[in-house]
Amino acid sequence: MMEHLPIVMIVLPLLSAVVTPVAGRIHRVLSWYIVVIVTALCFAGSLSLLSTVLETGRISYWLGGWEPPWGIEYLIDYLNAFVLCLVAFIAFIVAVYAKKSVELEIDEARLPLFYGVYLLFVTGLMGIVITGDIFNLYVFLEIASLAGYALIAIAKRREAAMASFNYLVMGTIGATFVLLGIGHLYMVTGSLNMADLAQRLPALYGSKVVQTAFAFFAVGLSIKIALFPLHNWLPNSYTYAPSAVSAIMAATATKVGAYAFIRVMFTVFHAEFLITGIHLNHLLLFFAALAILMGSILAVAQTDIKKMLAYSSIGQIGYIILGISLMNLTGIQGSLLHIVNHALMKGTLFLAVGGIVYRLGITTIEDFKDLGRKMPVSMAAFTVGAFSMIGVPLTVGFVSKWYLAIAALEAGMWYLIIVLMLSSLLTAVYFWRVIDNMYFQPHDASKVSEGSVVVAESNPKDAPVLMLLPTIVTAVLCVFFGIFASLPLSLAEKASMILLR
Amino acid sequence: MTEFISAKYNYWIYIFLMMVGFYAAIAKRNLVKKVIGLNIFQTAVFLFYISIAKVKGGTEPIWMEGNPVYTNPLPHVLILTAIVVAVSTTAVALAIIILIMKQFGTVEEDKILKLLEPHD
Repeated sequence: MMEHLPIVMIVLPLLSAVVTPVAGRIHRVLSWYIVVIVTALCFAGSLSLLSTVLETGRISYWLGGWEPPWGIEYLIDYLNAFVLCLVAFIAFIVAVYAKKSVELEIDEARLPLFYGVYLLFVTGLMGIVITGDIFNLYVFLEIASLAGYALIAIAKRREAAMASFNYLVMGTIGATFVLLGIGHLYMVTGSLNMADLAQRLPALYGSKVVQTAFAFFAVGLSIKIALFPLHNWLPNSYTYAPSAVSAIMAATATKVGAYAFIRVMFTVFHAEFLITGIHLNHLLLFFAALAILMGSILAVAQTDIKKMLAYSSIGQIGYIILGISLMNLTGIQGSLLHIVNHALMKGTLFLAVGGIVYRLGITTIEDFKDLGRKMPVSMAAFTVGAFSMIGVPLTVGFVSKWYLAIAALEAGMWYLIIVLMLSSLLTAVYFWRVIDNMYFQPHDASKVSEGSVVVAESNPKDAPVLMLLPTIVTAVLCVFFGIFASLPLSLAEKASMILLR
Repeated sequence: MTEFISAKYNYWIYIFLMMVGFYAAIAKRNLVKKVIGLNIFQTAVFLFYISIAKVKGGTEPIWMEGNPVYTNPLPHVLILTAIVVAVSTTAVALAIIILIMKQFGTVEEDKILKLLEPHD
């Protein structure tokens, strides 16, 4: 049984995704129990895989016993073991959180379907992370994306359908580019296994076909991770999706995209090819710096909290790409850390905001006056997340920013420090606006803006326990891994050493 | 030059189709037309995959005595998967369009954006 764990991680949520809507017909709450149990099992499985990887170095699982490169191989090393844990953890946390939240934000009849699609989404994300076959990666990418479009469109607000449609058009173009990239690689190598490709490609780096393939991969995956000029689909999708969906999407979808980006760039291709072959590092650096600054500037301009967090995500994607584009050990280590850290802090923030939406149905920052007194625990979690985003020491945000800054110095690019400082400053500005409203502004009952879908309670309590607990857990982890950073650090270091070889 | 075009005409068709689909998906204002554009875009990629599978003088990939040259069957199988993906994408897209139609009463992007504008 244990040696089949890699495939069980995929098959279990995939089959449960079919069972869930059926079980929901018997009793609605059953579907929620299934999701929580399945995601908990996946999280346990991912931890077990991680511990095996820590002992043995890597796990190679052959689907159907077919030897790679002919068969599909699931290859787990330090890098994907730890991204897998992250995805499974967030999926579990958000599943627990979702019950109360989606009951209010989604039509009751659709709830079992929602949970089914949620599991499909998780299947897709874990599949992307676990697979060692590049065509398999494309298929899982599409499973995750298609489930993602449905999860956004399921929200009651009518803007959600339009946001979802735009995401679908952009996402399909991106995924089709990835498919074309795979086709071009197959054309010259005749292989689809990533490890096999990595061995065959160096001899062909001069080939125009390989360079074209890389261009398709780079653009396609950049759309998926919403790198700045290609970010258009992201803000509306995150803003109008149900709270639980915003949380899991912001915390995992773009992170897994970034993982795929790193995988393709460093495992399938080599860092050497990127630097000397096509000089990608300078181009990527430019877009990363642009994303960091523009994301932060656009976030400052927002009045809706979810939209503000969405734009801030675009800036944070810039950080991840920045570390990659430096192409040194510390930079990639910083990027990998930031993948995990950003997932934790954005998760916390979106979960806390979901609590506000649940109780009050407001998302306009102006209306947050006096919330610090009304919903103390949610707001404390929000503040921890916000401090972490700014990069205050003792939070996770500080650790990854520190590593990125050191990497920039190692690469001799001191001017990147200015970009980092400036964006931290802007982050402080837009989060301070929220915190200032929450704690330091007296409540003005006459001015509550309209357009809130959910009926507001006149005297709100803090969010329900089922929603509060996941928020607290992620917030505590934000601080915990900020103080005891050695575990994620050592994992990220081992992973980046594999990547740079 | 003519040989450059005629010898690889299937690739030119694929590029042409892909650009047609890409243009429609981006520039058309009607949501259904956008989906049609996406379909053409994806179909073009299928043609590309089928083209790279062709081996000159190759037969069907069935074991036959005395004729070892056969067309590579793998891209065909890959494209079967991609066709399934394209069909599901179309299904999801059309479902979302039905939702949009119900909520806005139109599938013209301009009119929808006008409806979404905040009116004070």
